[in-house]
Amino acid sequence: MAMTIATRKRLVTALLIGPSAAWLSLFLVLPFIAILVFSVGERAPEGGYQAAFTFAQFMNLPARATAFWNTMILAPVGAFFCLLVAYPTAYYLAIKAPARYRMLLVSLVVVPFWTSLLVRTYAWIFILGARGLPNLLALIGLPDVRLLNTPGAVLLGIVYGYLPLMIMPIYVSLEKLDCRLLEASADLGASPVRSFFNVTLPLSLPGVATGVALVTILLLGEYLIPQLLGGGKVFFIGNALVDLFLQSRNWPYGSAIAVTLVSVVVLIITLAMRLAWRFAGTRQVDLV
Amino acid sequence: MSKSYKDNLPITASALTDEFMRFKRGSVTRRHFLGVTGLGLAASVMSRGLPGAFNAEAFAGNLGTQMSLATWPNYHDPATFENFTKATGVAVEVNVFGSNEEMLAKLQAGGTGWDLFVPTNYTISTYAKLKLIDPLDMSKLSAFSAATESPRFTHEGTVDGVTYALPKNWGTTGMSINTAKVKTPISSWKQYFEVAMTEADGRAMVHDYQLTTIGSALVSLGYSFNSIKSDELAKAEELLIKLKPHLYGINSDYQPAMRSTDAWMTMCWTNDGAQLARDMPEIIYVLGKDGGEIWTDFYAIPKSAANKPAGYALLNYLMTPENAVKEHIANGAPTTDSRVLAMLPADVTSNKIVYPDEAALTPLEFGAAITLTDPNRAELMARFKAA
Repeated sequence: MAMTIATRKRLVTALLIGPSAAWLSLFLVLPFIAILVFSVGERAPEGGYQAAFTFAQFMNLPARATAFWNTMILAPVGAFFCLLVAYPTAYYLAIKAPARYRMLLVSLVVVPFWTSLLVRTYAWIFILGARGLPNLLALIGLPDVRLLNTPGAVLLGIVYGYLPLMIMPIYVSLEKLDCRLLEASADLGASPVRSFFNVTLPLSLPGVATGVALVTILLLGEYLIPQLLGGGKVFFIGNALVDLFLQSRNWPYGSAIAVTLVSVVVLIITLAMRLAWRFAGTRQVDLV
Repeated sequence: MSKSYKDNLPITASALTDEFMRFKRGSVTRRHFLGVTGLGLAASVMSRGLPGAFNAEAFAGNLGTQMSLATWPNYHDPATFENFTKATGVAVEVNVFGSNEEMLAKLQAGGTGWDLFVPTNYTISTYAKLKLIDPLDMSKLSAFSAATESPRFTHEGTVDGVTYALPKNWGTTGMSINTAKVKTPISSWKQYFEVAMTEADGRAMVHDYQLTTIGSALVSLGYSFNSIKSDELAKAEELLIKLKPHLYGINSDYQPAMRSTDAWMTMCWTNDGAQLARDMPEIIYVLGKDGGEIWTDFYAIPKSAANKPAGYALLNYLMTPENAVKEHIANGAPTTDSRVLAMLPADVTSNKIVYPDEAALTPLEFGAAITLTDPNRAELMARFKAA
């Protein structure tokens, strides 16, 4: 009988994990192995890939240093600006919003996801283009202002596009906040500002960490927003990758960059999450 | 120009109307919006409701209900495809690309689903060598007339005596300049790059396309448009990287930016130059006195095409002079076929943007096959964009 139970347990585990494991092996592990193989190959004479064993592609990585650097700067900066906008919204939704409207307001945050990011980003082209905002600025005496195809436009698009992804985790962590803690803090003489920084903010850090990590990770692979709002001038590493596969047809070099990007991202995320969890985790234990 | 449906459009249409017109011309957003909004699917479903009424004898045989065309921005009269769909029941999905390299990359990667596409003269020998396109079965293309074609423009469609591609139209790569914004007269690529870094700082565009962007930079430095010499390419790269912070954008679909006046000047193909000048007379089209590109675009059928009968049917439809005339009037590109030329209205054939004087064409060069596959030009373009 004991054997049967153990077997059944293993079977249940296999059934639970099986689908996702199969999915990931097929669509993540196998393609990654293919990219690893490509990355040590050579560009075929007409473009594409031909088999070889060389690290020349990795030696050439500095030729994409600017795009890499742009990504490493703009991803965290974009996440930071997202956070600045998202936190007050999440705070309002979780703590200040009237209870009867709360679910309605929260679902409004999700509504933009019903339309493709592509379409919404395209809308910004019209708003930022010469016949949009610059046209209005010309009326108040600021002619020929250019907004589209600038780093500012890309940042705006990023904050706009990723805002819901930042709001939701912060909202969830603030919603769980025990309001009695704030009352206790006030009873003990803390000003509302001090209560916020000593009670509310630390307790919402897990949500902040999740939101920042989520947005940063997605931004590291961003392609669409810089392409549409940056005019091909504000270049992310994602754009460089697309170029290498779809224009210059240098698959091995593109693969080498992809492998490097994945390695760097995994490293950064591991470190960041470890730090965030340690920091937020201890605070939580102290307080609850 | 002639009486086309576009003539009645106000010059300063709202951005939305502008965008809608781009859809109708088959511009980049069409691909995006068709894919994203499911309009492509809707179109095919709607077309399925029609064929009973339009089952023409001429299109006997099973053409299916859908086919896919890969072409360039603002390059067709949308009515052409609507009429083709009415006649055959086949809905045409239009995909738009900004460079031949992008088309080649997709075909090399496989699974494009294109049944017909529009490669430029210098690419056809490579496509044939890589066996990515089919030799054409001329018996299915009765509307084509080799005798009335101008061999100067059409000879590259034939490789080793085998016809792989039929001509769509020829054209030039020049500059479109909004003279209301840029006062310095420009007549060469050398001046174009100078003004792009001074008077038109932040307002000039180059193509997202190695052939024309690198080629024009080479020409401005006094080298051949087709150079693959490493020292000349290095000089061109230096110029382009110096230029980059001054650019408005790197994009082959420049009409929206020119129409909204976000961009004041751009590297430009004949058909776009004609369309822009037609709607906004302050935008002039100039050929470089120091050189530039003259080209022919062709139609070819990918070996991997899923619906070859429909690909042939559309190609034959487009080769029919009555249909080709409408295409040429709408898109503003010059024809290679004397049958079509004879049918075009005088205001089209006298348009110097579309049919420039022979002297203006003399400094121009046809693209060379080697530039398509040269790894240094490919990497130079990618480095310039990533700089």
